This record gives sequence, structure tokens and C-alpha cells, in this order.
Amino acid sequence: MSSTFETVAEIISDTCDLPIEEITRESHAIEDLGIDSLDFLDVAFAIDKAFGIKLPLEQWTEEVNEGRAPAEEYFVLGNLCKRIDDLAAAKTA
Amino acid sequence: MRLEYFDMIDQVMAFDADRKRLTTASNVPMESTVFEGHFPGYPLVPGVLLTETMAQASGFLALILNGFTKMPFLMAVDSVRFRTFVEPGAVLETDAELALEGSGYVATRASISSGGKPVCNGELRLRLMPFPAELSALMRARADKIGLDAVEYAGPA
Repeated sequence: MSSTFETVAEIISDTCDLPIEEITRESHAIEDLGIDSLDFLDVAFAIDKAFGIKLPLEQWTEEVNEGRAPAEEYFVLGNLCKRIDDLAAAKTA
Repeated sequence: MRLEYFDMIDQVMAFDADRKRLTTASNVPMESTVFEGHFPGYPLVPGVLLTETMAQASGFLALILNGFTKMPFLMAVDSVRFRTFVEPGAVLETDAELALEGSGYVATRASISSGGKPVCNGELRLRLMPFPAELSALMRARADKIGLDAVEYAGPA
């Protein structure tokens, strides 16, 4: 069974046409991988489907834009995977 | 339908709140400048306009579900298949059903049929954005014109 990171990396690789070996847990989706907001919606759609969750993208974007959270908190892949795991766990709780 | 104005939906026929599915009707006009080019002597509704019809039905569905708080814009079209030609005078029934409601987007499964026969189908995604000031009143007027104001939806339970 794939780990959360492996699944997310595969989604990003397929959706954004990026070599999977360039995608690491330390990668910043926007600054390192060059994923724009529209591509990230595609990624979010695939993640929502794969994990049966709803990434709160609008809330995260608002927090980052208002300076209440650094972008790294949500868009560095290791952190994103942790958020996904938390959402998936909350769903089954 | 007014093809040259991208006014594709004539009437809301039904809304299934449980399935989150909207059904609409569209009457293909007998004449249009679109047919003069597509094609001379052999008029057919272009596939891209059938896709637009599915997108508009999906957009109206999104507006019902979000209570007209956000404007839907088409962002992705997947797996669209065109199964038969559509000629002037055809009556189209378009179904748009919610497949996934995400944060800032919706995904729908849409299809068009005519005379009970499948015309086309596909999966669409629409981005939900704050209403541009210029579009709020326009979209309300369009929605009222096709009977969307009569649809009752209280939101998720």
C-alpha cells in the first residue's frame, strides 16, 4: 500500500507533468515545483478523490494571504501530507 | 438557445436535491450564423458548443448549491465524448450532476440527450470565485429567465 506521500507525489507528477524523482517531502508545491493556482486545484481534486477528503484550500489560502500562517505550513509536501492524514483520520473518527 | 451569444440553456426542467442533479432543456434554433460556417449546406451544432451547454448546466447547478454566493468558471473538461450529430431544430435535454464538491471548485458529470438518445457526455470542473461586480446581476437575470428562481434548495442538512 502506498504511503500518503507516494500517492501525493504520483498525483502531482501525473497532474502537472513533473518527473516524480523531482518531487520530495521538502518540495514547496509553488516555489519549487512551479505549480500555479489552477494546477493546484487539479491536484486538490485528485487528492480529494483519492483520500475521500476535502482539502480546505480556500481557508489555507486566506490564512496565508492574511499572514496568519506561512505558506510552508500547507504547501511543503511533507506538511501537506500530514494535513491529509489528519483530515482522513478525522473522517473515520 | 442563441448560439452566437453563448446563451445555451432555455429552461430548467427539474432539480433533484438529493442527487444534486439539474436537468435543463434547450431548443436548437433553425438558423444561426454559426451554421453558416459549420457547415455550409450541412448545419451541425459544434461539439465545443455542446460542451459549453454542459458547462452552463453545471454552472447553474453550482449556483443553486452555493446559493449564488460564488461565480463558477469552467476550468477543466475531461473525457468528453460526442456520440451523434445535432442538427437545427433539435430539442436537447442536459443533465448535470454533482460528482465532487471541493474547496473552491466543483466537479460534475454532465450529459446531453435528444429524443431519448445520447448526444454527448463528460466530466467537468468549475472553479468557484467571488462574483465579479459586473456579473452578479447578469447571472441572476439569466437564472431567473430560465426558471432557476423557482428551484428550492435549503443547502446541506
